[in-house]
Amino acid sequence: MNLVKPYGDTLNDGAMQISFTLPVPFGGKAKECAKLYLEKLGFKKADIVHMAELSESFSFFVAYVKTDVSIDYDSVEFTPAIDKAMSMDEVNAFIKEKIKRKVVVVGAATGFDAHTVGIDAIMNMKGYNHHFGLERYPMIEAMNMGAQVPNEKLIETAKKINADAILISQIVTQKDSHIKNLTNFIELIEAEKLRDKFVLIVGGPRINNKLALELGFDAGFGPGTYAEDVATFIVKKLYEKKVK
Amino acid sequence: MKTRKAKKNLKKTEILGLEFKKIEKARKLSDGITANVQKYINLHTTTTIERATLRLLGADGADKNGVPVPNIIVDKMKDKISEGVSKYYLNALVKSGKTPGELNNEIANGLDISKMELGDESKIKSKAKEMVEALDKRLSENVKFRNQKIKEYSSNEKKPWIYVIVATGNIYEDVKQAQAAAMEGADIIAVIRTTAQSLLDYVPYGATTEGFGGTYATQENFRIMRKALDEVGDKLKRYIRLVNYCSGLCMPEIAAMGAMERLDMMLNDSMYGILFRDINMYRTFTDQFFSRMINASVEIIINTGEDNYLTTSDAVEKAHTVLTSQFINESFAKRAGMKEDLIGLGHAFEMNPDIKNGFLLEFSQALMAREIFPLHPLKYMPPTKFMTGDIFKGYAMNTMFNFVTKATNQTIQLLGMLTEAIHTPYLQDRFLAIENAKYVHNNIADFLGEVSFKKDGIIVKRAKQVLDESVKMLEEVNKIGLFDAIEKGMFADVKRPKDGGKGFEGVFEKSEDYFNPIEDYLKNKLKIR
Ligand code: B12
Repeated sequence: MNLVKPYGDTLNDGAMQISFTLPVPFGGKAKECAKLYLEKLGFKKADIVHMAELSESFSFFVAYVKTDVSIDYDSVEFTPAIDKAMSMDEVNAFIKEKIKRKVVVVGAATGFDAHTVGIDAIMNMKGYNHHFGLERYPMIEAMNMGAQVPNEKLIETAKKINADAILISQIVTQKDSHIKNLTNFIELIEAEKLRDKFVLIVGGPRINNKLALELGFDAGFGPGTYAEDVATFIVKKLYEKKVK
Repeated sequence: MKTRKAKKNLKKTEILGLEFKKIEKARKLSDGITANVQKYINLHTTTTIERATLRLLGADGADKNGVPVPNIIVDKMKDKISEGVSKYYLNALVKSGKTPGELNNEIANGLDISKMELGDESKIKSKAKEMVEALDKRLSENVKFRNQKIKEYSSNEKKPWIYVIVATGNIYEDVKQAQAAAMEGADIIAVIRTTAQSLLDYVPYGATTEGFGGTYATQENFRIMRKALDEVGDKLKRYIRLVNYCSGLCMPEIAAMGAMERLDMMLNDSMYGILFRDINMYRTFTDQFFSRMINASVEIIINTGEDNYLTTSDAVEKAHTVLTSQFINESFAKRAGMKEDLIGLGHAFEMNPDIKNGFLLEFSQALMAREIFPLHPLKYMPPTKFMTGDIFKGYAMNTMFNFVTKATNQTIQLLGMLTEAIHTPYLQDRFLAIENAKYVHNNIADFLGEVSFKKDGIIVKRAKQVLDESVKMLEEVNKIGLFDAIEKGMFADVKRPKDGGKGFEGVFEKSEDYFNPIEDYLKNKLKIR
């Protein structure tokens, strides 16, 4: 057991900062309401340190609160897609040695999504933040289909080029549009009985590995991902499949 | 600081010492570039230009499946688009003796006006004249009303104009947010469009409450927001400007709707659709011209989209592509009858915050834009790409941006949101952004008048370098032509093939007897050719 709670300036003081808006007119009553609301959430001590009028019917609050609630850090389960990324060279050596042929990867931002910078960061030659993209990997053949690609078209292309892995980027997440689109993708690929033919990976700022697994993908990557993270996962997974 | 006009006898701009000779050269090259494209534009029309024309002549409404009347008409006349579709609508008005409203209803219920035999040409023409006169009256009243309000409240006007976005997806929710923003100090409200509207080849009809990442642009939504902003503006004694997005496959139709509902600004770029939505280039160029004529005719300020280039290409390396595109956008706009004071050229504060002296480079480029385009209502965009979930750092970055904006006297300032990387703005995000901007605007009000810059310092040298690189790029684009330049990926690092992209099938060569009374009206009014 390792019980923890938020830290302000003393261990276990339980201090947190919170800001929020209530649809009530500005004034003393609004402030009291905000404080009571925080207490209702279970906070032990709530200080409304600032409030402002947003319009005739909305008020904004900044609050500092304290909590009694703690959590057992040891009980937290977390599985990242990979433990440690291999470098580009290591990935290449791994492929040469263990897979013994080029690995084919196709990727796209699918559905309505017109954002290309994320998938480009992973796939294009230039990469991102001085980390080369998959196109640069000698043992990987990477095809970036760009954005606004329908799920059907991505699957069709993956079949045509005999891809090992499919990479999907989802940047627009408002109203859970990404969940719908990703679910649709899995349904389509299962209907074609191709689910196990490909390593399926999804990435984007609101994506994490847990969510990806829940949706039926093999792995999910969030902000700050580089090509080597994805490459590491792909080659290890392919090798695992091969050995099986 | 007042906008400094370029004085005739000066050889260089006042602060950065940019040579007017080079600026003139850039303009000439740009005119050469757009002249070639304009030749193509003049010979073509598109499905959406025809629909915009119909809308301005009275076509409106939708059938029970939501297909808009202008689409119903044009879809049935694919073989007649070359000659101009509006004459069939006018013919139907003449023959049936109905009002546009009555005729629209019948079309929505299945009447096929392409099957009605064309009647006497002179009658069609006089109907056209009647409808155009009615339109002109409506549009002139809009312009007059706006100018009157601006004048009435002029003593409360501050610059830069504070521009914020609302994007709830629900127009009624947007209204609450927009009114709140205006009360907090916003001067301009943009209702951002829902994801993927730009790829719809029709404009939805009626008030809408469902959209993601934005709200549908519909004529009814325009009307609802216009009314709300007029109301709150009168309370505050400020004219609150309304903006929408005149881009995508229905660019001219959005312009038409905006003109009728008194929008004040439109995002309207000559290349954005090509580069960022993969719309065909011939389609986009043809559409942007018609839409800009409409915007010009009602004094709508356009905002161009150069800021976007810096999300797909590097802001330091590719700064000159922004300036190059500004020259090209300016030239296209002038061909469509726009004067400088309507051409809101776009640029942005988008450098990686880790760069040493990045602030100086941003400052330099913003000032450069101001000096090269002294009469233009420049639209300056905040950091977006390098905004992350660290909202605290984001707020600091926005403060730096606010500093540059005010100090270099930009006209239109789209405020950065601390939650840019997370969601479309919450009510409180917008409030915090406006607080930050108001603080900086006031706190450094007369900054530029107090300082001068080293002749060979980072700021002056940077601006000269960017201008030089831009002239070089313009020379190259001039040599190979704009179509090829885009195909090669010279803008935004995005490559688009000439015959690729969406909407190419909607482009038609005009026949010799092409008839379009709205085009004639606009060209006449704007004194084009
Ligand atoms: C640039 C940008 C644009 C540009 C895109 C240009 C282009 N060609 O890509 C333009 C201007 C076109 C644009 C348009 C729109 N945008 Co935008 N845009 C952004 C912005 C500013 C930056 C995104 C970016 O490039 N980040 C940099 C990259 C490198 O980071 P990343 O995408 O997160 O990618 C990394 C990881 O997530 C991961 N990753 C991503 N994909 C993948 C895939 C795989 C397989 C893997 C392994 C990893 C991975 O790795 C990458 C590198 O580390 C963000 C705000 C922000 N700061 O995030 C808004 C943002 C994403 N946009 C947004 C919106 C709403 C839109 C529009 C819908 C607006 C509208 N109503 O029209 C339209 C989209 C239209 C459409 N059909 O999609 C919202 C999304 C809100 C949400 N949560 O849904 C944001 C958050 C802005 C906001 N606050 O409103 N946008």
